[in-house]
Amino acid sequence: MLDLRISVESLPKLAKGATLTLELAALVLVTAAILSIPVAFALNARRSWVSRAAEAYVMLFRGTPAMIQIFLVYYGTSQFAWFRESVFWPIFREPYWCAVVALGLNGAAYTGNILAGAIRAVPQGTIEAGRALGLDWFKLQRFIVIPQAVRIGFPAYTNEVIQTVKATSLASTITLIELTGSAQMLVNDTYAPYEVFLAAAAMYLAITFVLAVLFRHIENHLYRAGRDPAAQNLKTAVEA
Amino acid sequence: MFDALITYRVQLLTGAGLTILVAVASLMLATGIGLLGAMAKLYGPRVTKIALGAYTTVMRGIPDLVVILLIYFGGTVTLSKLRGSYFEVEPFTAGVVALGIISGAYMTEVFRGAIQAVPKGQIEAARALGLRPFPLFTLVILPQAWRIALPGFGNQWLILLKHTSLISVVGLEELMRKSVIVAGATQQPFTIYSATAVSYLVMTILSMQALKRFERRLERSYQR
Repeated sequence: MLDLRISVESLPKLAKGATLTLELAALVLVTAAILSIPVAFALNARRSWVSRAAEAYVMLFRGTPAMIQIFLVYYGTSQFAWFRESVFWPIFREPYWCAVVALGLNGAAYTGNILAGAIRAVPQGTIEAGRALGLDWFKLQRFIVIPQAVRIGFPAYTNEVIQTVKATSLASTITLIELTGSAQMLVNDTYAPYEVFLAAAAMYLAITFVLAVLFRHIENHLYRAGRDPAAQNLKTAVEA
Repeated sequence: MFDALITYRVQLLTGAGLTILVAVASLMLATGIGLLGAMAKLYGPRVTKIALGAYTTVMRGIPDLVVILLIYFGGTVTLSKLRGSYFEVEPFTAGVVALGIISGAYMTEVFRGAIQAVPKGQIEAARALGLRPFPLFTLVILPQAWRIALPGFGNQWLILLKHTSLISVVGLEELMRKSVIVAGATQQPFTIYSATAVSYLVMTILSMQALKRFERRLERSYQR
């Protein structure tokens, strides 16, 4: 029943869409990663208005569909004449950058939340030890807190990376021809939805699979660096 | 600026109603799949375990939008062939089936974990009392597993509520689609989409509070 020839023939066109998917995902991940750091510190801030504002930001982006966020950034911003004349317009005019901005802000809420939780989970003793060594706030974060928090939050972050790849499919709703968009166009031409969408699904699976494997390797690497040889010796001694 | 909202309030509210309806229908389907899936994964033969593992992996790896498009357009092609004339699948049905299947994969894992977390002694005690497998499952395992599964179950509800917006792509006039129509008619996209976002937010926050209350109530019988 399935005409696999159509699937195979659609692959080159889908591959072109897939490169845009990867490009969007990479840009969104970088944007989200950068923004997640201030979000995480704000969430953990001692000043309550700062943490409240950060919580509101996270709630806003996690409590509404990503699709409405993309539509607000792409279509919503065109409502105001003053915005259309502003310096931001060349960015917000382009569906490409709107997708990056909307999904980047969305990702920063999720990633920021993961990072904030990871920072709270850093053992208090290591921070006290850092203080005892006379490290200032910045150095304490840079050398003690962040390296440990990254390790703690990494498994959850891997999940977030895969969610981001999947979320870029929403860019097809604002005219971008990424993997889902190119599949939809091919279905319009061939009227073979199974063949084309299954091929597209297979490509997404391949991308997410490779990413999952890649991140597991990075994770193993991170944990290896965290293992203390002395503690390791002690552990083997106890177990023996 | 807000008069557009007042003029089109009925449109938007019916959209919100349909959003809740689709989400509830998808949740019921997902719960059914999740329960059956969890039982098959725990007590079924090896083949079903492997097949269910593949199902979860596939559903985790592809975007919901692709699944919705596949079921909507694929279903239309299949049913047209079967009937011999053009037949379009209802966007509602396609959306509920798609979201139900996706969420069902996650629910399978939620329920499997919850059932496994029921203390072994409970099952042994029930066996000692002479309970047969069916009452053992419905009277002893499920009520306890349900409490453990609730946070994961609630999370799936929150995700479903938001992901119903994706069904707007195949033309279902739920809240997202309605707001696109109203935004076009009023030429005030920012106002309309902001109001829509707030509506989703209200639904999410109310759901979260209801879930928290529910969790506390189930927790009560375990406190002394």
